[in-house]
Amino acid sequence: MTDQRFRNAAGGRIDRSRPLTFQFNGRRYDGFGGDTLASALLANGVRLVGRSFKYHRPRGIVAAGSEESNALVQLGTGARTEPNVRATQAEMHDELSAASVNCWPSVEVDVGAINSALAAFLPAGFYYKTFMWPPRAWRFYEWFIRRAAGLGRAPTEPDPDRYEKTYAHCDVAVVGAGPAGLAAALAAGRVGARVILADESSEFGGSLLGEAATIAAAPALDWVAGAMAELAALPEVRLLPRTTVFGYYDHNHLGLIERVTDHLGPRTDTTLPRQRLWKVLARQVVLATGAIERPLVFDDNDRPGVMLASAARTYANRWAVRAGDRAIVVTNNDSAYPAALDLSEAGVNVQAVIDARETPPDAWREPLRVRGIDLAAGRTVAAALGRKRVEGAEVYELAADGSRLIGAARCYDCDLIAVSGGWSPTLHLFSQSGGRPRFDAGIAAFVPGESRQAERSVGAARGTFSLAGCLAEGFAGGAAAALACGFGDGVAPPVPATGDTPAGPLRPLWRVPTAGHGGKAFVDAQNDVTADDVELAAREGYRSVEHLKRYTTTGMGTDQGKTSNVNALAILADLTNATIAEVGTTTFRPPYTPVTYGALAGRSVGDRFDPVRMTGLHQWHEAAGALFEDVGQWKRPWYYPRRGETLHQAVARECGAVRASLGIVDASTLGKIDIQGPDALKLLNLVYTNAWDNLEVGRCRYGLMLKEDGMVFDDGVTARLGPNHYHMTTTTGGAARVMGWLEEWVQCEWLDMRVHFTSTTTHWTVVAIAGPNARRLLAELCPDIDLESAAFPFMAWRDGTVAGIPARVFRVSFSGEQSYEINVPSSCGVALWQVLMTAGAKYDITPYGTETMHVLRAEKGFVIVGQETDGTTTPQDLGMDWIVSKKKTDFIGKRGLTRADCGRADRKQLVGLLPENSKDTLQEGAQIVAEIRPKPPMPMEGHVTSSYWSAALGRPFALALLMGGRARHGQTVAVSSYGTTSWAKVVPPIFWDKEGERLRG
Amino acid sequence: MHLIACPWCGPRDEVEYAYGGEGHIARPARPEALSDGAYADYLFMRRNPKGVHAERWVHAAGCRRWFNVLRDTVSHRILAVYKMGEPRPEAGP
Ligand SMILES: [Zn+2]
Repeated sequence: MTDQRFRNAAGGRIDRSRPLTFQFNGRRYDGFGGDTLASALLANGVRLVGRSFKYHRPRGIVAAGSEESNALVQLGTGARTEPNVRATQAEMHDELSAASVNCWPSVEVDVGAINSALAAFLPAGFYYKTFMWPPRAWRFYEWFIRRAAGLGRAPTEPDPDRYEKTYAHCDVAVVGAGPAGLAAALAAGRVGARVILADESSEFGGSLLGEAATIAAAPALDWVAGAMAELAALPEVRLLPRTTVFGYYDHNHLGLIERVTDHLGPRTDTTLPRQRLWKVLARQVVLATGAIERPLVFDDNDRPGVMLASAARTYANRWAVRAGDRAIVVTNNDSAYPAALDLSEAGVNVQAVIDARETPPDAWREPLRVRGIDLAAGRTVAAALGRKRVEGAEVYELAADGSRLIGAARCYDCDLIAVSGGWSPTLHLFSQSGGRPRFDAGIAAFVPGESRQAERSVGAARGTFSLAGCLAEGFAGGAAAALACGFGDGVAPPVPATGDTPAGPLRPLWRVPTAGHGGKAFVDAQNDVTADDVELAAREGYRSVEHLKRYTTTGMGTDQGKTSNVNALAILADLTNATIAEVGTTTFRPPYTPVTYGALAGRSVGDRFDPVRMTGLHQWHEAAGALFEDVGQWKRPWYYPRRGETLHQAVARECGAVRASLGIVDASTLGKIDIQGPDALKLLNLVYTNAWDNLEVGRCRYGLMLKEDGMVFDDGVTARLGPNHYHMTTTTGGAARVMGWLEEWVQCEWLDMRVHFTSTTTHWTVVAIAGPNARRLLAELCPDIDLESAAFPFMAWRDGTVAGIPARVFRVSFSGEQSYEINVPSSCGVALWQVLMTAGAKYDITPYGTETMHVLRAEKGFVIVGQETDGTTTPQDLGMDWIVSKKKTDFIGKRGLTRADCGRADRKQLVGLLPENSKDTLQEGAQIVAEIRPKPPMPMEGHVTSSYWSAALGRPFALALLMGGRARHGQTVAVSSYGTTSWAKVVPPIFWDKEGERLRG
Repeated sequence: MHLIACPWCGPRDEVEYAYGGEGHIARPARPEALSDGAYADYLFMRRNPKGVHAERWVHAAGCRRWFNVLRDTVSHRILAVYKMGEPRPEAGP
């Protein structure tokens, strides 16, 4: 427990009725509702909060918002731990727990700080140079870097929280709810536009929350409250606090991350998600993203206690926290003066304002004198003193051209150096929208250039820093955006009076000359990039700003150059004798601040990652103990093990049952397409390789589809149901692809073809019964179809009833046995299956899964598209010349097959393999090699496509694609897999019932 | 999140659509008459312009109709949407 010694007794926007306790690096502290972790730490006098990325230098809090570059913490523990959270954005809740990142073993004693001593070996381009030599040293570096560097640690347990996604459309999206954003939302909302107003903070008001400004002769926050009340009452306005617009994409598409319940801490009530990802399509966007204060680049400017002046001011006003006891305020512009006064008002002993300008504006002299604050003009701070916290500052007179320090240092005894190097409009979203920033010498910063999308920037985001200016631009921008969407007349509401003091020009100050004690002057604190690094890069020829960024890493990482960008560019410009405008700025990338993977994934995790499709018989299969195989999105029974059976034993039993008596398999996943229209036959003749003209109603035929290049695409059996009516089946995995293929051809190429397609895959439950007793069983249950082969031959279909259920029965076979595929409406599938199981008991009817189905079809030499084929396989390669019509003038793929390459004798062709060792089942995917060598590479001649142990043959067998294979029957080949070699005899790719008597009989 | 205007359904979210590559690629009337090179052009060679591109899309999770789109590949703006079989319009604004 601590006493919050730096918290003032009154003031601030904290809830003193809600005291909270939290832990930081294992110690307990007190805070209040409304605190951030950063404000609560400062209230307790905690200044050292982390270690830097590369040098492990002690670091403290520098900012009050999302531009914080140092105070990254590991928030929470266990499954909910989150790395690299800015302490300035972590809202306080009871029992919050956080720890510094980058510290090993602790923030106070840090072994990694040895990097600091080795700094000479870690210059710009360290990553590029060092790892080039010697190769063996990489192991050492890797260990060193992985241990000592890296930011935070990712959780290793599954995320227990829920995340949502929301899609929204609006007329005007306003980003940022400071004075300009609120004004824009008011102007657009009042005239009826649908407005979304988002701000990353827990409270709306933006910079006004941290200042003591006045609007209409009253505290500015009264105006904010009024604006909020008015906006909340407008039905078309949506207010999103704690919501960061992190990305600006094409077509005015914005990505937003709303932290819905993070501020409540871990909860048991999960009614609300943890975070919500918004995808917003806005007709107009108003960027009121404000500006970020720039730090000054001087020696050891990263010591804990060096803070942005606006941040110190915000801590005083918003959280009633003094960021130090004794301060100096160092600036090159006017904005630090009110900060100095507010700090003094809050009880900080502000000793002096150090202004780099020779003649600071007179307006501030009197208020400073009243508070007893010295004003030192033409001077600046050149070095911070102290290590783990600021203990003093060296201040020098600055030469008129800024190139050197003059005279001796004046040392201030202080624990807070509040700095302001001017302000940079927050251009991240503008840049992401495709806009090119333009340099404005008047404010020494980049401002938005021409818009590339339907957006406009207002207020500080476009370089207008006065409160009056922000309000005026916000009102005007909101009114104009609404008008562009057809709302209102574009006239801006009147601007209330403000208490601004007019600001004078700033004195650009990019690199304060070194005080000469060997200190490091940081440009980019998060990436540990110093002014010397920028200088080295320039000396080595990295003059393009994009190269500088990659070489030094400045502006990269989670920070995206928020505080560092302009300082780095300006220093590069100085060194290369270019103007800043010539140097230009880098492109900012989304996200503006890090977004959790959980939010991006939303509900598409675990079982919801991909849809799972189950047939109507799934529950029966589950109850029967089936194991399942994923086939596309389908769950198909793989095999049905009986007690104690292995896969091998179960499949041998299932295969044996089918060959000896009767098996039953759920074939519902087969793709099914109903084709109707006068041109249906014409279509089939174009998409299949064989001829369909003589197929009679009542009969069906196997067909092969090719792509235009002649390669096998899909296969299946199609039945003629009527003169202009067909029932096409496809592979399970190819169903959607084939449907899309037919539609594309008919809609894009053969526009006058009169034919329609309907997917009927899930309309039917398909149960195949196969085996010598298949007909006997069916005859018992099917009184109205003559099943004799003469009346109902192989490759025919009949309508009738099976077990009293209207059914369409196909006499087709994928097993090589006598087989019937019974199609019934899906709702009747379970009833049919149960009747078949009961009536089939006397034949020991055996349910079988995909594994048995594959063994049976491979024994017959039936190929599976996608297993025996790989997109480079022709029908001839499969030995299926018989299915390629020689008479048809055209079909898809015909021209492709006439390429000379398709006729090569040494193409990979389908063969059977019989391993010489009858216990040796080959690996699927194993390479057939021409010559065995001690290790790869070996000349490859083909590969095993399917390999099983056959109960019927009593030995293993395989299918393979082998170069020139058809001419090599009888040869022995070497099959190499994972360092082992098997020998196998090449045979024709058919092992069972070569004459086809069983399936026709 | 891009809105694409299906000629039959009006503006719908892009997730409902699938991309079908360059538009106006006509299948040769007599493929067998083409040289291997000319046939390869039909099969594989596609334009990849920086700027206006005519391409075809399908409203896959909607009405399942194919249609043509003129899209600027730099700005991703959709300049025109027109039905299959209609001629390519002049590039829009
Ligand atoms: Zn549509």
